[in-house]
Amino acid sequence: MGALLSREIRVALRAGSGALMGVLFFLAVVTVFPFAIGPDLNQLGRIGPAILWIGALLASLLGLDRLFAMEREDGALDALVMQPHPLMAVILVKCLAHWLVSGLPLILATPLFGIMLNVSPLGIAAVMATLAAGTPAITFIGAAAAAVASALPRGGLLIAVLTLPLVIPVLIFGITATNGALYDPDPFTAPFLILLALTLFAGVLGPLAASLMLRHSAE
Amino acid sequence: MRFEADSISVNRGLRRVVQDVSFSLGEGDALTVTGANGAGKSTLLRALCGLLPLAAGTLRLAGVGEGEDDPLIFREHLHYLGPQNAMKAALSVRENLAFWRDFSGSSGGMAIKAALNAVELPHVADLPYSYLSTGMKRRVAICRLLVSKKPVWIVDEPTSGLDSHSSELFSGLCRAHCADGGIVIAATHLPLGLGKAQTLEMKTLFTFFEGDEFFDGENA
Repeated sequence: MGALLSREIRVALRAGSGALMGVLFFLAVVTVFPFAIGPDLNQLGRIGPAILWIGALLASLLGLDRLFAMEREDGALDALVMQPHPLMAVILVKCLAHWLVSGLPLILATPLFGIMLNVSPLGIAAVMATLAAGTPAITFIGAAAAAVASALPRGGLLIAVLTLPLVIPVLIFGITATNGALYDPDPFTAPFLILLALTLFAGVLGPLAASLMLRHSAE
Repeated sequence: MRFEADSISVNRGLRRVVQDVSFSLGEGDALTVTGANGAGKSTLLRALCGLLPLAAGTLRLAGVGEGEDDPLIFREHLHYLGPQNAMKAALSVRENLAFWRDFSGSSGGMAIKAALNAVELPHVADLPYSYLSTGMKRRVAICRLLVSKKPVWIVDEPTSGLDSHSSELFSGLCRAHCADGGIVIAATHLPLGLGKAQTLEMKTLFTFFEGDEFFDGENA
């Protein structure tokens, strides 16, 4: 499994540097919001965490289309499922590698983008914590969608369409927890724990759904 | 070790593609699957690897212990070389082969260098896989069968893209694998020169599946 993790990371970093693409897309989303909303710094600071979350959410959908479609294209999927490893574990490791190269950079870029949106340091810390807790769930759910889409020739957009409705709870609790950290009467711990629970839940269900999908579409 | 198929049938969608195929292969045996385009050779091979469900019949890899009659379990003892090469273009040849060796978890295969020597490509180990020509890519893909040792090779048009000399090399590797007690099942249009290989001739079927019954398209 260590071999798979290092192979996934190397492929992702070498071929078209998917990690950088996600961060650039994140930057683009964060940059256009102030143009739409106007230069009111107080207002930007207030909705900044939400902008950061939406930007990271959309950016983490990028690259999911390659998760299984590439493996299917070059025939590696057949050989992957024929090894003495449970398919769910293979998918889990692929998700982990994908998150490391495309989710983690988004979190690391958040402080810079937060300053651009006049988000307070506490707000930035809260967004980073909630993103770290919530973006794995997006990857896991996206993996199931990617498995569905991998059987189709142009499945990329389908992944976004399938994933977005399912990750709305993650978005809701991510923002709620961030606001809880910033504004006093709102709680932080409860929504944050629910966010963690969602990630754990998705970590089981996503790879399970993806493995069923891959097994039944192995034509 | 014996690899046995007992009247297996495979459907593709509503079409029956493989009907009542049986064989029994012992250690050192080879089977060549022949037939016209669309006769179901690839479908049969994928079904043998558990990549397609059986519609009827049983498969058994006797002698591997638990799960010897479930393709989804015993397939870890099979090597499948399909039409694609299962290599990542972004990685070097050595990285690709090292990954398959480590991930398959089987010991006793050739060293990567020895495997590349066996297909006469000793100089490409550190080149990116994408730099290679079609035939060289195929030869590297063949190396995957060598670096991790598995008893059964299931190869689908293994020599596509290979020149005659490389095809001969591959035949030699198959013979060596059989001599070592392995089993080779190959779908091919060209004779692989496997000596006393059994032959299975596939015929195109015109049978469709409707409701719960099969009917023969020719008689309907």
